Amino acid sequence: MNHSFSKISRREFFKRTGVVSGGFILAYSLPTLGRAEEPIVESTELNAYIVIQEDGKILIYSGAPEMGQGIKTSLPMIVAEELGAAWEDVIVKQTPEVNVEKYGRQSTGGSYTLYRNWNLMREMGATAREMLLGAGALLMEIPKSELEAVDSQVRHRVSDRSMSFAELAGVAQKQAVPDSKSLKFKPREDYRILGTSKSQVDSLEIVTGIGDYGIDTKVKGMLFGCYEKCEAVGGRIVDANLTEIKRLPGIVDAYIVKGNGKPNELMDGVGIVGTNTWSVFNARKKLKVSWDETQASKASWSEFKNFAQGASKEDSEDKITIGEINSVLTDPQNTVLESFYEYPYVSHLCLEPMNCTADYRKGENGKPDHLEIWLPTQNGPRFQKFAKDFYGLEQDQLTIHIKRMGGSFGRRNTNDYVSEAIELSKRSGRPVKLTWSREDSMKGDFFREGGFNKIKGVLDPKGKLIGWDEHLIRASYPGKPGFLTGPWPSAFPFNSVDNVRASLSTFRVDTPTGAWRAPYSNTHAFVSQSFIHELATEANRDHLEFLLEMMGDPRWLSPGQINALNTERAIGVLKKVARETQLQSTPARNNRGLGLAFYFCHAAHVAEVADVTVTQANEIFVNKVTAAVDVGPIINMSGALNQVEGSIMDGLSTMVGQKITMENGRIEQTNLDKYPVLRINAAPAIEVHFIESDYDPTGLGEPALPPLAPAIANAIFAATGARVRTMPLTDLGYTI
Amino acid sequence: MGIFTITINGTDHRFEAESEMPLLWALRDIIGLTGTKYGCGIGQCGACTVHLNGEPIRSCSIPVESANNQKITTIEGLATRESLHQVQEAWIDQDVAQCGYCQAGQIMSAVALLERNPNPSDDDIDSAMTGNYCRCGTYIRIRSAIHSAAKNLSVSDLAKEA
Ligand code: FES
Ligand code: FES
Repeated sequence: MNHSFSKISRREFFKRTGVVSGGFILAYSLPTLGRAEEPIVESTELNAYIVIQEDGKILIYSGAPEMGQGIKTSLPMIVAEELGAAWEDVIVKQTPEVNVEKYGRQSTGGSYTLYRNWNLMREMGATAREMLLGAGALLMEIPKSELEAVDSQVRHRVSDRSMSFAELAGVAQKQAVPDSKSLKFKPREDYRILGTSKSQVDSLEIVTGIGDYGIDTKVKGMLFGCYEKCEAVGGRIVDANLTEIKRLPGIVDAYIVKGNGKPNELMDGVGIVGTNTWSVFNARKKLKVSWDETQASKASWSEFKNFAQGASKEDSEDKITIGEINSVLTDPQNTVLESFYEYPYVSHLCLEPMNCTADYRKGENGKPDHLEIWLPTQNGPRFQKFAKDFYGLEQDQLTIHIKRMGGSFGRRNTNDYVSEAIELSKRSGRPVKLTWSREDSMKGDFFREGGFNKIKGVLDPKGKLIGWDEHLIRASYPGKPGFLTGPWPSAFPFNSVDNVRASLSTFRVDTPTGAWRAPYSNTHAFVSQSFIHELATEANRDHLEFLLEMMGDPRWLSPGQINALNTERAIGVLKKVARETQLQSTPARNNRGLGLAFYFCHAAHVAEVADVTVTQANEIFVNKVTAAVDVGPIINMSGALNQVEGSIMDGLSTMVGQKITMENGRIEQTNLDKYPVLRINAAPAIEVHFIESDYDPTGLGEPALPPLAPAIANAIFAATGARVRTMPLTDLGYTI
Repeated sequence: MGIFTITINGTDHRFEAESEMPLLWALRDIIGLTGTKYGCGIGQCGACTVHLNGEPIRSCSIPVESANNQKITTIEGLATRESLHQVQEAWIDQDVAQCGYCQAGQIMSAVALLERNPNPSDDDIDSAMTGNYCRCGTYIRIRSAIHSAAKNLSVSDLAKEA
C-alpha cells in the first residue's frame, strides 16, 4: 500500500503531472468495429487523466485495472461529471503505463478503489474544468464567474454564447493549474452523470468479441506456452522426458525450470512452447516428470477436519478478549448456546484462466535487458516491485500493458503465472503467451481458506446477548496462520457484545490461500449471522429486534473511520430490508420462509433477506433475495446493481455446492464437472435498495456477498426448522 | 496433420492443423479469432459456443476435422458492416456484462435460441442457456436482454415485411 504516490503531496503531484510540457500529443486509436484503426486525431492533454481531442471526443484514462467490477466506467464518470463533459463524448482507456507518480494508485482490491480515487478523480475533472473556463473567459471576453462548463462546452449563462471544449483546449492547456485547495466540487443536486446508469465503456468490444483480454494477446512472432508443476505444491523437479516432448507436433522447445519455492513467485516446473495452445496442452499429456516430493505438500482436508473436531479451547491462543467472558459463561442465571460451524476451501474459478504474455529481450551491445509484458493483474505496481526484486529490472526496463481481466475476485494478485511466462520467453528468446488450462487454474489456486468454528453465545435472563466465545480453527501455511485468517477485532459482532473471547487454533495445511471476494468476511458472516439467529430463536425473540438491540444507539464506532461500523447506517439497512420484505409480518408456511442477515465490511453496510422454499426432497428454491445497501451516493447505478446481483449469485453458487478438498497435497476438484456452479435456471430474483446517504461513496465488488449465505441458512431454518451449520449445502443433502 | 477448409463468418479459410485439434483452438490460434473463449475445455461452461451450420455447439469439444467444409459463425460474425445484431444491442442496452468473458458464448446461445423460438418464456431461456455459465452472475440481465431482443427482433421483422 506504500506507493511512492502517497509520500508526495497532492499539490506536488499536480505540479508534476497536471500539464504536459507543451504542444500536442497524439491520441491512441480505438479499436472499432469493422476497421482496424481509427484515424489519428490531434489532441491536447489537460492533465494526466484528461485529453481533449480535436474531434470533440474527450479521452479519460482509467488507472485501476478492470476485472468486471466496473471501475473503468465509474472512475471516468466522476472525472466527466466534474469536468462538465457530456458522457456521449467520453472515450475511456486504460492508463498506457504503470507509473504511480503520474497516475496515483493503479491497483484494485478490497472494494476500496472507488473510495481511494474519489477525491483524485474529482480534482482531475475540476482542475481541467477551471482551465477550460479560464480559456473561455479569455477567448469570449466574459468574466470567468459568469461561465459554466456543461455538455462539453463552456457556456455564458446570460447570453447563451458558448465554445466547445475542443475549441478551448489549446488555450486551456496554457492556463495556470489551479491550487487543489481552491477547487469547488459540484454539489450532488447538480449531478448529471453520477447516479445514472451507464453501460460499461467496453460493452461494444465485449459483445462483438473484439474485447482484448490477456488471453487474447497477439504479438508478432509469439509462441504459445504451458507450464506443468508438481500436483502437490512444493515438489522439486528431478527430470523430465524433454527429448520426447520436443519431437511432438507443434512443439518448438521444452525446458526444465527451477523456481524459488514460493508458490506466489516461481515454482519448479516444465515449460513447453509451441505454435498453438492446443499443441502444448496435448504434448503435456505425454510428459513424464520425476518429482522429489519430500518437501511437497501433504495437505489433507480429512485430517484437518479430524483435528478441528478434536481441537480444544485449552490449546488455542486468545486473540480477542473483551469484558469477563468466563464469569458470564458460568453464571447459572444465563443461558449458554453452543454450535459447531464448518466451511470449505473454495476456488476463485475466474472464467478466464490464468495467463500472461511476455517478451523478454536480452540487451545487446551493453544495452540493458527489456521486458514487455501483457499482464492481467489487479496490481501493476506490485508486479513492478517483483520485476525489480526477482529479475533486477528497473522501471525503464519494463513496458507493462495492463489487460482487462475475465474475472479476478482477488486471484490475480500473485506473480506465479507472470514469472512462468517470463521464464519461457527468456529461454526461447521469443514472445510467449502462457495459458493455464482450467485444471491448472483450479489446482494452482490461492484458495479461500476453509475452517471451523466452535462458538458459544451467552444470553442473560431477559434474552439479551451478553457473551460471545468463539474458537476459530483454521489452517496454517507453512507454520503460520493463513491469509487473513482472523479473527478480526473490528468485525461485527466482536465490537457489539460486552463480553467477548475469540481464540485461534491452527493446523498445518500446505495449500496456498489468498484473497477471495470479501476475505474472512465471506465465512465469518455465515458463522456469526447464522449463530445470532440461533441465539434469537433460543431466546424466543424476533430476529430483527435482536439485531437492532445489538446495534444499540445510532453512532459511528470510530467517527471518520470508514472501516468502523456505523450503527446508524446498520440500523438503516436492517429496517429498510425488513420493511420492503414485510419480514416481521410474513410467517413461514408451506416450507417457505424468510431469512435475514446483516454484515458490515469493506466500508459497506448491507442487509439481505432471502425468500426460500425447501421441498420434501430437500430441493431448494431461492424465490428472491432482497438487499438494502448503504455505500453512500451511487456512482453508476447500473454498475452498482450489477455488483450486488453478482455478489448474491456468487454467494449462492458458492454456498450450494462448492467445495475444494485435498488429500496428499493434491486438489481433488480440477474442473467444472466436479465443482458445481450456479446456472441460470437456479438464479433467484433480486431486488436492491440503495440508501444513498451523504457519506463518501465506497465500493461494491465484495460487501453484498457475505450476508447471502446466512440469509439463506436462516431462511431454510424458517422454512423447515432445520439448522444449516455447514457449507456447502450439498454436504447436508440439499440440492438446488 | 490435415488441410481444412471452413467457412467462417462467410469467408472461406483454408489452413493446416492437427485433425484432433478442437475447433476452438483453430479459431483462436490459427485463424486469430479470439472472440470465442476458452473456459473449461470439457463442454461445461459454454464460453466457446459458436454456430455450426446455424446450430450452437461447444467448439472446445469438436475436432476441427468435423467442421471441415461446414459453416461456422463466431461472435465476430454476428454484426454486419452496418449494424449490430439485436441481441448485441440488447446486451449493451441492459449493460449485461461484468467481466464479460462468458458473454460471447452467452450471446451465441441466445441468438440460436431466438432463431428457433422468437418469443421464448423464462423457462425456455433457462433451458436453452443452462449450459452457459457466468462466473460473475449476470443471469438476471441475460434473461431480460433476451426478452428485449426478442421484442426488437419482432419489431424489425414487421418493419421488413411492411
Ligand atoms: S470451453 Fe468449451 S464449454 Fe467450456
Ligand atoms: S460476465 Fe464474467 S463470466 Fe459472465
